[in-house]
Amino acid sequence: MTTMQMLYLWVPLSPLIGAAVAGLLGHWISRRLAHSVTILGVAFSFVASLVIFLDVLAGHTYNGTVYTWLVAGATPLHIGFLIDRLSALMMVVVTFVSLMVHVYTIGYMHDDPGYKRFFSYISLFTFAMLMLVMANNFLQLFFGWEGVGLVSYLLIGFWYTRPSAIYANLKAFLVNRVGDLGFLLGVALVLRQFGTLDYSAVFAQVPAATHVAVTLFPGHPWMLLTVISLLLFVGAMGKSAQFPLHVWLPDSMEGPTPISALIHAATMVTAGIFMVARMSPIFEWSDTALSVVMVIGGITALFMAFLGVIQNDIKRVVAYSTLSQLGYMTAALGASAYSAAIFHLMTHAFFKALLFLAAGSVIMAMHHEQDMRKMGGLRKYMPITYGTALIGSLALAGIPPFAGFFSKDAIIEAIGHSTLPGAGFAHFAVLSGVFVTALYTFRMLFMTFHGSPRMDEHTRAHLKESPWVVWVPLVALAVPAFASGFLFVQPMLYGNYFGSAIMVQAPHAWAAQMGEAFQAHGGTLGAIAQGFFSAPLWLALAGIGTAWFLYLKRTDLPARIKDRFSLIYAILEHKYGFDEFNDWFFAGGARRLGGVLWRWGDVRVIDGFFVNGVARMVALSARFTRRLQSGLISHYAFAMIIGVAALIWFAKG
Amino acid sequence: MASTPWLSLVIWVPILFGVLVLATGSDRNARLARWVALVGAVAGFLASIPLYTQFNVQTAGMQFTELHPWIEALHVNYHLGVDGISVLFILLTSFTTVVVVAAGWKVIEKRVAQYMAAFLIMSGLMNGVFASLDAILFYVFWEAMLIPMFLVIGVWGGPNRVYAAVKFFLYTLLGSLLMLVAFIYLYQRSGGSFDILDYQQLPLGLEAQVLIFLAFFMAFAVKVPMWPVHTWLPDAHVEAPTGGSVVLAAIMLKLGAYGFLRFCLPIAPDASHLLSGFMITLSLIAVVYIGLVALVQGDMKKLIAYSSISHMGFVTLGIFLFNRFGTEGALVQMISHGFVSGALFLCVGVLYDRLHSRQINDYGGVVNRMPLFATLFMLFAMANSGLPATSGFVGEFMVIMGSMKVNFWYSAAAATTLIFGAAYTLWMYKRVIFGKITNPRVEGLSDLSTREFLILGSLAVVVLAMGVYPLPFTEVMHSSVANLLSHVAQSKLKGA
Repeated sequence: MTTMQMLYLWVPLSPLIGAAVAGLLGHWISRRLAHSVTILGVAFSFVASLVIFLDVLAGHTYNGTVYTWLVAGATPLHIGFLIDRLSALMMVVVTFVSLMVHVYTIGYMHDDPGYKRFFSYISLFTFAMLMLVMANNFLQLFFGWEGVGLVSYLLIGFWYTRPSAIYANLKAFLVNRVGDLGFLLGVALVLRQFGTLDYSAVFAQVPAATHVAVTLFPGHPWMLLTVISLLLFVGAMGKSAQFPLHVWLPDSMEGPTPISALIHAATMVTAGIFMVARMSPIFEWSDTALSVVMVIGGITALFMAFLGVIQNDIKRVVAYSTLSQLGYMTAALGASAYSAAIFHLMTHAFFKALLFLAAGSVIMAMHHEQDMRKMGGLRKYMPITYGTALIGSLALAGIPPFAGFFSKDAIIEAIGHSTLPGAGFAHFAVLSGVFVTALYTFRMLFMTFHGSPRMDEHTRAHLKESPWVVWVPLVALAVPAFASGFLFVQPMLYGNYFGSAIMVQAPHAWAAQMGEAFQAHGGTLGAIAQGFFSAPLWLALAGIGTAWFLYLKRTDLPARIKDRFSLIYAILEHKYGFDEFNDWFFAGGARRLGGVLWRWGDVRVIDGFFVNGVARMVALSARFTRRLQSGLISHYAFAMIIGVAALIWFAKG
Repeated sequence: MASTPWLSLVIWVPILFGVLVLATGSDRNARLARWVALVGAVAGFLASIPLYTQFNVQTAGMQFTELHPWIEALHVNYHLGVDGISVLFILLTSFTTVVVVAAGWKVIEKRVAQYMAAFLIMSGLMNGVFASLDAILFYVFWEAMLIPMFLVIGVWGGPNRVYAAVKFFLYTLLGSLLMLVAFIYLYQRSGGSFDILDYQQLPLGLEAQVLIFLAFFMAFAVKVPMWPVHTWLPDAHVEAPTGGSVVLAAIMLKLGAYGFLRFCLPIAPDASHLLSGFMITLSLIAVVYIGLVALVQGDMKKLIAYSSISHMGFVTLGIFLFNRFGTEGALVQMISHGFVSGALFLCVGVLYDRLHSRQINDYGGVVNRMPLFATLFMLFAMANSGLPATSGFVGEFMVIMGSMKVNFWYSAAAATTLIFGAAYTLWMYKRVIFGKITNPRVEGLSDLSTREFLILGSLAVVVLAMGVYPLPFTEVMHSSVANLLSHVAQSKLKGA
């Protein structure tokens, strides 16, 4: 094994060791040791990821097996790593955000009795996420996929005595399992068709399978690659919370804030985006699948953004924002703009983690109050939190030169170029989403940090900036939230950074056309200048202006708008009714059906009629035959005569 | 060493120790009885280890064979041997016996010697079933093992134990009578042989095959249990003491599935193919229907019992797919289910020993008092939900992959277990473990004792090891499974 290969192995292993030490030895070690070990593990992972990233940039990719997990027949299934430009980038993003969150947790979870358990979980999560992105095959991808799901479940329910938390974590797990069902079937179909689960072997065979049809319903042959793509995408819809499997993400905010930043904003929920980008050699062959991906993304981007506007819980605003931004990434995937999707994934990881952690900082200062109606004017008390939150908000709203501007603009433009069915709708959705995004983002910023303080006296008297372990990660995240856009837009988006890691068919190569235009118009600075002549920036500014007008200038207006449009408000309040419907139809329906099958099928029919029925029949016949044994000689003699007569009759016949 | 009769040892060592335990007599010697039982169980387990370490993975043939005449007039032999299909079950049985003896250590206070002896004797008899290559020997072990289980449920069971024990006994006895008829028919057809391996080569017409298949089906389907002959299992589990449930779930259910692999497929391959659609349909009904039924159970043991039926549906599904993923997946699923369901019944036992209730509603917030227990229980719950990196995933994954090769919709129906399995397991977990303490009696719970921790901890290690690195488990099976599948693929009709 070479040094680099050792390093690959240690990237996921060191957080795993940290998790094991903090988790299994939790009884015997101090809090200090628990957080030191886990932070050291993740820090090592981060540094190693950087080294690997630079090594990959130098042209050294790797695709190899660590060990053979199973052999079934002639099919070996491996655990192995694929280190290329896509996975190396993801490794850096994941370990960086994870490291920040680890440090932040020292401050945020300071008073929590589950301190060591929490560190163990987030390190375990980092391990699972790394296994996911580093996988060189579908099996290990699924391992990581379910692994992050498990830790997400454990962390949403971290405060396990809260009814809302243990409801939310079960819901999250089950909704994700719906997605996993599709994903696993997609994997099974891949195995059936290609006889292997290794990416490179599968991708090499894909072009030869473009004409293979599969008939799921008699008389309706479908293109195999379309079916595979759609099934895999169902998995992405679960994990990346796309409509209609988005319902679990808002509830996941029941977990402690650091994990909302790490898992439910920056990393795990982007696993679906990453997966589709990884599978681009399959998706690219199916316009149908890409269309579906784009439309689902568009729906999520716009309709989830609307919900962000009416939330009063600061974390829920950020949560709906995450849903909406994931919709942007998904829509970009549908437009074959994989590099734009991954670019936005990265910038979003920075600024959304930043916004969550800033929200967490506010929540700490407010003594775990999350209602923005009880905040206001915090910028005087928490200047660092405010400053970093402002950077995050500007990045989210897409104001140049902040990171989100470049990545979001690229997505909108790519979708605008797409000629697939549904592209028109998706373009409309992501474009109008820009206005809504800016509106809810700055509504949140203004309600929290500006205006007059609305908290009670006691809280107000204790308001202060958070400790350094909290604000250092904020600042560290604010730097890439500001700069990662203009620094990386040229190489990553338009410089063919991903190379062979991502495949785009010639008819879908809109991103490449954009790249040419980008170079022609003077590169990064030109893009900023161009921004002022395009709709998204003006929509974003209009959104900010509206937020300013409604929440700082004319604060009486929101209530009046609410009264005026009460129906729309009610629909948004109920989140379009998905939760009610799912609870009644799926959760309730399954229980009702289970009850019927049990009480009727098992208890009445099988046991009642057949099993106990047979027993009753035996008892009945025994009661009858018992009478025959009367003990009277005359009866027996009579029976004998009949018997003899019958025998004679038989013998004659 | 090759001549050491390991198979006889794994059968007779536990039985002899069982008799020895019985000889310690009344409960005044309970301590002695426990220790003798533990020594016997450990000795039995140690005797099973060479079966794995000395196993030759290259051959599909029977290994560790022993052949002695028994009833010469009828050509009945004491014929033992194992192949890649049966060997792991003997290890599972011997391991489980150690677990069960340790689990009953403190809990069983009445008729200790008889209790321990029942499990030791049962262990030997079940090993005998897996090792028998003679039909009559098989039948004797098969029927004999019912007796100790009948007693375990009927003597140490819950309030409704007599109904459950009789139901268990009659259900399984009725099934196995037809198996005896099939054996006698095969004895005639083969010209006077009770050798199971001879039957596999016997040319048979389709009609005869179907009849034989159905006769075996009655015996094995009840044992698995397959829908709709499953209703004895929840009753038996609910009434059985913890140890009884563990053995029932971990091993006895596997005997039925093992029977399909050893008898139905090789003896009646054409009938197996003919009826595979029927078998797969029953299996999928078990997965979906029983998964839904499990969801609404209020009794933890009943819930896990239904979960077992649903998981065994995967086993029978895998067997009748006739491909490598399916068959090996079914075997892996059986082994894994042995550990996972055994562990889950032990977890319920831990709670029952403290609170004397199996009702989910009597609990809630247990984690506040028993964090260590909650952690291990979580692992087993996740394994039961088929989480990757636990053993529960491996078999389900393989069977889903295997069924996709046959039919998309088989695979889709089977994969619903991802949702249902997680739903009923984790919903139960949530209501029992998470939340605030509402029942004041939960307030007084104490966490796992060292003995309990060692039992559950060792199972946890196995469950994780098998999930992270299942290769050693499946390597043993390859040759035998390949041989079985190629045998099943050949029609017997031409020679008939």
